[in-house]
Amino acid sequence: MSRNLARLHSSDEVSVTVLVSIGKHPVTGRLRRADQDARALEMALGLSDSEPRVIYAGPLNDSTEPALRGYLGMGVSELKVLRQSEQNDIVPALSGFLDNSPSSLILCGSRAELGESSGLVPYQLADALGYTLVSNVAVIEEVTATLAVVLQALPRGQRRRIEVVLPAILAVDTASPVARQVAYAKASRGFINCVVTDAAEDDATEQWHYQPARKRPKRLKIIKATSARDRFKAAAAKAEGTGGQVLTSVSAEEGAVAILKVLKEEGVLKT
Amino acid sequence: MNDIKRRDPRSEWILRNRLHPEHSTYALTHATGIMSEWIGPTGVKRKNPHLVGFIGPSGLRRIDRSGLQSSQQTSVKVQVDIDSRRFIQINAPSDYIVVVPELPGGRFSAQDKDLFGLAQQLASKHSETTAVLGVILSPLKDTALGEIGMDRVYFADASEFSDYDPEAHLQQLTAIEREFNPLYWLFPEQTSISADLGRRLSVKLKVRATSNVWQLDLDTLIATCRASGGTSDLYRPVSRVILALAECAEPVSDTRHEAKPIDQAINAVDVIKRIRNLGAVSVDPAKVALSEAEFILSGGKGIANWDAFHELARRLGATEGASRVAVDDGHMPRDRQVGATGTWVTARVYLAIGISGAIQHLQGIQACDKVIAINTDPGCDMIKRADLAVIVDSSELIQSMLDQLQQRQEEVQNVA
Ligand SMILES: Cc1cc2nc3c(=O)[nH]c(=O)nc-3n(C[C@H](O)[C@H](O)[C@H](O)COP(=O)(O)OP(=O)(O)OC[C@H]3O[C@@H](n4cnc5c(N)ncnc54)[C@H](O)[C@@H]3O)c2cc1C
Repeated sequence: MSRNLARLHSSDEVSVTVLVSIGKHPVTGRLRRADQDARALEMALGLSDSEPRVIYAGPLNDSTEPALRGYLGMGVSELKVLRQSEQNDIVPALSGFLDNSPSSLILCGSRAELGESSGLVPYQLADALGYTLVSNVAVIEEVTATLAVVLQALPRGQRRRIEVVLPAILAVDTASPVARQVAYAKASRGFINCVVTDAAEDDATEQWHYQPARKRPKRLKIIKATSARDRFKAAAAKAEGTGGQVLTSVSAEEGAVAILKVLKEEGVLKT
Repeated sequence: MNDIKRRDPRSEWILRNRLHPEHSTYALTHATGIMSEWIGPTGVKRKNPHLVGFIGPSGLRRIDRSGLQSSQQTSVKVQVDIDSRRFIQINAPSDYIVVVPELPGGRFSAQDKDLFGLAQQLASKHSETTAVLGVILSPLKDTALGEIGMDRVYFADASEFSDYDPEAHLQQLTAIEREFNPLYWLFPEQTSISADLGRRLSVKLKVRATSNVWQLDLDTLIATCRASGGTSDLYRPVSRVILALAECAEPVSDTRHEAKPIDQAINAVDVIKRIRNLGAVSVDPAKVALSEAEFILSGGKGIANWDAFHELARRLGATEGASRVAVDDGHMPRDRQVGATGTWVTARVYLAIGISGAIQHLQGIQACDKVIAINTDPGCDMIKRADLAVIVDSSELIQSMLDQLQQRQEEVQNVA
């Protein structure tokens, strides 16, 4: 449906960079392309005919490589890797690299699927590079040499239109169009090129430890009643016992009036 | 007043011993003096059932604990509804904990209230004079600020900026940081405005935010955070900026707070804005996912004219839903089915036409606020669940609603 992404005019030389990471299937735990990052790449591919630059910072080994090839399988010929160890903070590496070879539009996912998943990387990068940041982007409507107009995803499927001055980082939300499938031939044909960058140890994480997610306890309904009768009433109350208004033997017109009145009061009726 | 409880063991003993010669006089003074209830020696409330209640029409003593019935003769106990919640007032706060609520639609969400609960817990753990400061950045409709747990409140001048204006909001927050140097900053996680602001602030303050917190140990200050895209829990020492999920703590319930507006002037620095809010975009309700739709028009087997139903949904601006029977009969696509085997909806308003309200269907609409039902059968379960029910034929009602909407539209056009 909303694949009507804006095409760049060929005269505007807006360079687009997509930052990608390793994802993990929520059920099987298998490493794969990260869903939100893939959506960001999908968005970038729809923006112009020239290929976006795709950058990954993090460990590169036998287990992460097939996952990274997933991005190549979407139709990009090259993936740049800023090789880092698992303990490293990727932000200095990324900001150092992007400082040297800037890009006016950087797309990335909102939250990683591995590690802390704090969603802070786009913010830290925007701060380090001095870029504008917009989060929860669902659609890019228009890009010119200096401006981008995007739709931001809000709760309940609502959208907000935002105009942002370039250079900017757009963090893509799951409300954006689903990424295309991975073509195996393209995935195996693409190049993975390593770029040497400096590494910064992330020492804050020493005291951290991870565990498989525990099920969150269900919140108990705490009944604050002063008398036994109140406690009994609260415990025995039926969930649906609200006792609404029932209009019997009314004409259809009267019924319609009553319903439209309630809809109006609730603010769901615009006219 | 001296309210130390003093025991009188002798009178207690006489009161207990009904055979004591002085029992009746003691019981009488006891009854007239301290009414029918008193606090026993062990601190348990004692009652004398002989002194409560009234003589009913049958001549028997009746005790109605609901207080609804009482005899005319017995002296009417004046019921004063005293707010039993403790009132907490902090005159000169030594430290601050700041909460920036999301305020969807200008009201405190349940998550906002949980965050104030967490802030109060942190405050009372820290010191008596730690105040919770609520920062209100957008127009507010709710008025009960003290009950939510705000000791102080700061209203940003909302007329200056729109609801989404992260750059200006960030300047306000950094000004507050300069002025109050809070112990903690609390933001509701996974919200559209506050979570974004929290991350911006944490980067600006060079503090690594503790994100996705769903539990906080107040003694060790170790936070439990949902990490790895929700598949693992990360235990880490909490930092100054906390982004907490819903139900991270119990909301404030047994204290009331002052909610005193901050009178200090907070001078935010102006910034050159690089983000411009062009306002909300009207979305096609038909394309909104059923689970997130705010207003659903749902049809079941009792609908005869489906074209009119679709037309009504379009006119009302409602997202369409259906019962399983309507889907099975091929009137609606499968992804529109509401219920146990369909979608669990969260709509604020759910309008059900010709749906009987089978338990599998009602399960799917548990989270709905207002349910309106239209049905010909006044005894069906949907009517019992509904806040407003109309017992008429669905086709007539749909037609009548369409007519009235048309009429309204014409009126608006004539006026314009
Ligand atoms: C395992 C299982 C899972 C299920 N899961 C779901 C589910 O997820 N969702 C779901 O919806 N159902 C589900 N069902 C089916 C469910 O039990 C009911 O059969 C179904 O919800 C009934 O749909 P209905 O209310 O449209 O039809 P009916 O029960 O036939 O009700 C039609 C209603 O329309 C009224 N009516 C008739 N004519 C008119 C008229 N002219 N004007 C106004 N009112 C009129 C009638 O009075 C009646 O109340 C499930 C069943 C099973 C066994």
